[in-house]
Parts: sequence; C-alpha cells; structure tokens
Amino acid sequence: MRIIHTNDIVDAVARMCVKANTELPDDVRNKLSQAMEEETSPSAREVLRQLLENADLAAETKLPLCQDTGLAVFFVEVGDEARVEGGNLRDAINEGARKGYQEGYLRKSACDPFTRANTGDGTPAIIHFDFVPGDKLRIVFMAKGGGSENMSRVTMLAPAQGWEGIKKYVIERVAEAGPNPCPPTVLGIGIGGTFDHAAKIAKKSLMRRLDDTHPDPEIAAKEKELEEAVNRLGIGPMGLGGKTTVLSVKMTVEPCHLASLPLAVNVQCHSQRHEEVVL
Amino acid sequence: MAEYKLTTPLTDADITPLKAGDVVFLTGTIYSARDAAHKKLVELLDKGEDLPFDLQGAAIYYVGPSPAPPGRPIGAAGPTTSYRMDSYAPRLHRLGLKATIGKGKRNDETQKALQDHTAVYFGATGGAGALLSNSIKASEVIAFEELGPEAIRKMTVEDFPLLVINDSHGQELYAVPDRKAAGIE
Repeated sequence: MRIIHTNDIVDAVARMCVKANTELPDDVRNKLSQAMEEETSPSAREVLRQLLENADLAAETKLPLCQDTGLAVFFVEVGDEARVEGGNLRDAINEGARKGYQEGYLRKSACDPFTRANTGDGTPAIIHFDFVPGDKLRIVFMAKGGGSENMSRVTMLAPAQGWEGIKKYVIERVAEAGPNPCPPTVLGIGIGGTFDHAAKIAKKSLMRRLDDTHPDPEIAAKEKELEEAVNRLGIGPMGLGGKTTVLSVKMTVEPCHLASLPLAVNVQCHSQRHEEVVL
Repeated sequence: MAEYKLTTPLTDADITPLKAGDVVFLTGTIYSARDAAHKKLVELLDKGEDLPFDLQGAAIYYVGPSPAPPGRPIGAAGPTTSYRMDSYAPRLHRLGLKATIGKGKRNDETQKALQDHTAVYFGATGGAGALLSNSIKASEVIAFEELGPEAIRKMTVEDFPLLVINDSHGQELYAVPDRKAAGIE
C-alpha cells in the first residue's frame, strides 16, 4: 500500500488549475497553428492568429487565457494499492481547486442555480472517481467554460437510427450551436451506457490529447469521418466562415441496453484547457 | 470591409455607416453587464428607477472578467455568449443603448431592434481574454458589487478591436452552416 498525503494532492490540484487556465497545452497550440496554415479566408486566419497571440500573452502575463476559467472538472483514477492519508480525497481536491482559483486570480463561476448567488470560491468541483489497478493517483483537470457547455446535449436515439442517426445528430448540433461555443471547438462524443453515463464518457473523451488516435481503428475512423463532415459545415473560427469548425472529435463507445442508443455531445471551446498529474 | 475608429458615446452618425464585416476600434467608456446584471437593470426599469449608468449612446460589453491581479486594471476580459441577453437587449436599445459587444448569434427581435433604433452588435474574439484585456485601461465596479464577476463595471477602453456582426441595416456576418455539404440535408 502506498500512502499519498492530502497536502500533496491539494498543492498539485492548485497548480494544475492555474497552469491549465494560463498556459495553452502544446497539442492545442499545434492544432491551432496547423488550422491557421490551412485556412484561406482572412477572417478565419485573423481569429486563429489572435488566439495564438492570446496564448503567448497569457503565458507571459499569467493572466488566464479566457475570463471564463470554468467550472473545475476532475476525472480521478485511484489505484487500488494507493491510500490517501490526512483527510478525504474529495475534500482535498475541492481544497486544491479553491486554492488554485483564489491564488491564480481565476474567476469563480460556481453559483446557485435558482438564486444565482456565487459560492464565492469556485467550488464545488465536479469530480468523477474511477478505481484502477496500481498504486498511483491520477488526476485529470479540465476548466469547463459555460458558453461551450451550454451547447452540449444528451439524447436517446432509437437503435435503428444507428451510426447514420448519430452522425446526423452531432452535425446538426454543431450547426445549431454556430458561433456560440467559440469555434473551432473540440467535440467529446459519448455513445452507449445509460443517459447519465453517455454524458460522463462524452466529457471524459475531452480529457484526451488532441493529437492522439483512438486505439480502436474502427472508432478512430468514425472520429475522422465526423470531424471531416462537421468541418464541411463551414462555420469556421468564431463562426466567421472557414475550414476549421472543429479541431478534433473524440469518441468513447461503451455497451448499452438492448432498447437504447444513448448519445451525448459535449462541446469544448478552442482552448481545450486540460492538465493532468500522477501522484 | 472598412475600418473605423469610434469614440463613446455613440451617435446615429457613428452607427449608420457601419456594415457587417467592418472592423471598429472603440475608445472611451463601456459598461460590463451580463446575465444577472441585466435582470437587475430591467427590474429597476420596471420600478421606474434610474439605471446606474446613462444608456444614451452607451455600449454594453457582455463580460464577466477574471479578478485583476496586482498591478493590472482588470483580469482576462473576453466576451461571453450574447444570446442569453436577447430577452433584455431590445428594451435597452429602445432606451438609447447604441452597441453591445459579445460573441455568438443574436435572435430576430434583437436584430430588428438594431434596425429600429440605429444600433449595432459587435463581436470580439471569444476566448482571447488576455489579449483583449490589454485594451482596457481602467475599470471600476459601479453597481451590483454583490454579483461578483457579474457586477456592472465602468471600463475605459482604447482601440478595443471589434468586428461588426449585425449592423443597423439588417445584415449579419456569421457564416450560414452548409448542411448539404456536411451530408445532413
């Protein structure tokens, strides 16, 4: 049994919150640069140029890339041979988020759904736990902005609608969202499970690097097919027209009920802020 | 696509020449207001009370900035998605509001209000919060401090870079999604 102290978790989480919000990950920067080279329309190129300049400036000034520093979302993998000492794991992650959002001058965007009163410290974070073999604790963080999250949907298709139905739904969702979610976006697609699980795996898909390839070649081909189809919509950077409406499509497929075909589309903005730490 | 330098307060003469696609560098005073602040503004209007700032010729920026770190007037300050303010915008335009700044599509009522009251909807680059904060030289909360990031701020801007998305002549800049090319039509 390996012991991991909550103090280390708090510090690591706080650092991740600040880093993800102020430094554009390399995989995202590369995709934006590549998109700029491929765009021919001047407005599309100008938007992408501004986003890259913004990333340089954020890294230099430590200002957040975007004022919407998001709700703090975590996917946590707890090794069966790891034990957390010093307190509760969930509390430690929330404490880390609180610390990071305060010390990093990040916007606190959590509020009561009815009164809209701000909780004041960016928490509670949204935390998903998973238990895995090994003695490590892996924490993946995502700053999830509201503008793109609002364009996300879960639906229950009929099994007969199949892949064609899934494609149609996803493409239509991106078309309807238009310029709202800060395109070029990243799409996390969850297929299977139940109503709630589809949404969770859609979001978990967004934790992948943009330049990876799905290990299952059939799903990798479907990701590519969707990416190309969505980009033919021509919405482009910030909705001003162009070839780059999505930077990448990431899909997770899991078994579902005989009667169901759950589908979730989680839209993420162009900066796809994410970080991970292994303790 | 023309380029204009404009100074607040904005007049009909400033707005009328603007066409969707034009670039505008805005200088002067703009006010931040987003969801919760708009709700409060409209409640004040319903009660017949004065607003915390003069709407005549004003520009409202849909923004909820991140906190200002030491030595800077404001944190990151990019636009938020505008459609959520569509239920309030026509009424404010009727009372003299000349421009809103945000990102994303406006509804038909708001677009019509722009034509009826010679006003304009500007887009700023979404997510470019660090970059855009460079054009904001001063910022102070003037109302609804309890709303935190959603409080109303009076901001002084210099050459704030904007794109005309919806002009006062009924034109819109956004691309129309090509559903046929994407294979869903």
